Amino acid sequence: MLLETTMLALRTVFRNKLRSFLTVLGIVIGVASVIAMVTVGQGSTAQVQADVASLGSNLLMLRPGSPSRGPGGGANDAPPLSLADMEALLRDIPDIAAAAPSSSRSQTVVFGQTNHIVQVIGTDNAYYGIRGWTLAYGRLFSESEMRAGTPVCVLGTTTSTVLIGEGNPVGTTLRVGKISCEVIGLLAKREASTFGQDENDAILMPLKAFQRRISGKPDVSSISVTFADTATADGVTDQIQTLMRERRKLTGDMNDNFNVFDMKQISSMLTGITSVLTGLLSAVAAISLLVGGIGIMNIMLVSVTERTREIGIRMAVGATAGQVLLQFLVEAIVLSLIGGILGIGFGLGLGAIGSYALNIGFFPDWRVIAASFVFSAFVGVVFGYFPARRAARLDPIEALRHQ
Amino acid sequence: MADPMLEFRHLSKIYGQDEARVFALNDVSFGVDKGEFVAVMGPSGSGKSTAMNILGCLDTPTSGQYLLFGREVSGLDRDQRALLRRYFLGFIFQGFNLLARTTALENVILPLIYQGVPADERHERGMAVLEKVGLQGRAGHRPAELSGGQQQRVAIARAIVTRPSLILADEPTGNLDSARGQEIMELLTQLNRDEGLTVLMVTHEPDMAAYAQRILTFVDGSLQTDRVKGGANAA
Repeated sequence: MLLETTMLALRTVFRNKLRSFLTVLGIVIGVASVIAMVTVGQGSTAQVQADVASLGSNLLMLRPGSPSRGPGGGANDAPPLSLADMEALLRDIPDIAAAAPSSSRSQTVVFGQTNHIVQVIGTDNAYYGIRGWTLAYGRLFSESEMRAGTPVCVLGTTTSTVLIGEGNPVGTTLRVGKISCEVIGLLAKREASTFGQDENDAILMPLKAFQRRISGKPDVSSISVTFADTATADGVTDQIQTLMRERRKLTGDMNDNFNVFDMKQISSMLTGITSVLTGLLSAVAAISLLVGGIGIMNIMLVSVTERTREIGIRMAVGATAGQVLLQFLVEAIVLSLIGGILGIGFGLGLGAIGSYALNIGFFPDWRVIAASFVFSAFVGVVFGYFPARRAARLDPIEALRHQ
Repeated sequence: MADPMLEFRHLSKIYGQDEARVFALNDVSFGVDKGEFVAVMGPSGSGKSTAMNILGCLDTPTSGQYLLFGREVSGLDRDQRALLRRYFLGFIFQGFNLLARTTALENVILPLIYQGVPADERHERGMAVLEKVGLQGRAGHRPAELSGGQQQRVAIARAIVTRPSLILADEPTGNLDSARGQEIMELLTQLNRDEGLTVLMVTHEPDMAAYAQRILTFVDGSLQTDRVKGGANAA
């Protein structure tokens, strides 16, 4: 009986395709927006997580500036960091496994006729390990280059491709700002882009070369630190804060004029923001599902009135009130499920386009798709019940007389 | 004489309350035996339609008894009455009352769907009754593609496909010209004679009532005459 009823409902729905489509449009839009929102949301969350994973684990960053002013804030009026700070960290905090200084600046780099603006980073060999970089070609900085500040460069793949072309760039010479710089290595390509930036577009050079020839200052703009697996991010952060306050002679109620970031924490914050946004947008989309349900109820009520005589005929030949109720209820459910299925299709399409446009991964969430499907059926039941009950309660004599 | 197949005992149907009370049926008693062909006549408002609705288990009396196969059915609830209609009654209406957007065959087998008859048996039985009413070859036609007489034949096929005990026809020839009406009456007469089908038919046309063996006449909610061909019973 249920199969027959479903077939009948499908025939009724497909008999008037345009009207059925308009009826379910609200559901289609609602489901499509929820699916698209969640898909793009999941994609960006996955992206953030991948970015953070690419930074390496157990990573802390020490930067000048007061913590209350956010990442990078206040760097100008706070005393800069120095190599001596890094040496002190390595010496006094045994939990710290490795530390690398870095100073960076955007520079115009020229090779032949090609200009390109690149982030130039002055650092040392520990940086590769801490940031998880490996070399595709060439070598790291040598001990003497580090000490003398020789202008040698290791290129990111994007930089190398843009300036020199595909292949091994080792041995060529670039002009970085005002200096000539010999290319000694090429970083292996990394897929992730840190929070939207292309990490592969960078030039690394010895810190001393950067300080002398590019920035002209003996500062270090940040110190990256990795700590042993036995330590915790909070514990090491505390130790760094204590040591730095001591070194900077900050006492009592004086605020820190440096800050320590835990990259994992930043990532979880970003993930949190993403999921809150996804949730809010989905809630708005869910309201359109409600509106869609009301649309279905409206058309089902019209349908019951239009088909009053049909209902009378069915009752005369022996349909019980329950069977009439079921017929109209199944019809409403079939309508809303068709809406749900169309919505899932449109939503995945929109999600794929959105993911592509934002250059993030396409992550359809099967649980959300299943939930949308079930919820559509639920909308059909809730909003179909009232019209169906009205049909079932019709008096057969009146219904047969209806014109 | 055995108990009648159906019987009204002092049955009344009252609409409205107190001073505004209207007796649609007032203390009506009669019985119909299996195999009879009975015409129900009377001016409009005489209560014949109310009587048919109660006979068809579409309505319930205010007082009195309606016995079908010797059992009281007036106290049954909606679903029980639906089941009685499904298994024992067949309806033929003045306006045919076919589902417009389905074929003749689909209209005919509609009651079988509610009986839970399997699809292939439905098809077989539907085709057989369509042939019986002279509509072989029209199974796939929609009502709009059929003449009035043909539509009424589809409706008759739908009424008899369940092999009911009782056919209730409400002015079955009312929407047809007299030639078509005669054909329908001949079909009903033939079904009554050959299949032993009990037929109760409301009509106001004496020509059509003449096909019946017995004529009940209602006036103002009361059964005025109960006339069997070739003699008169007491009312």
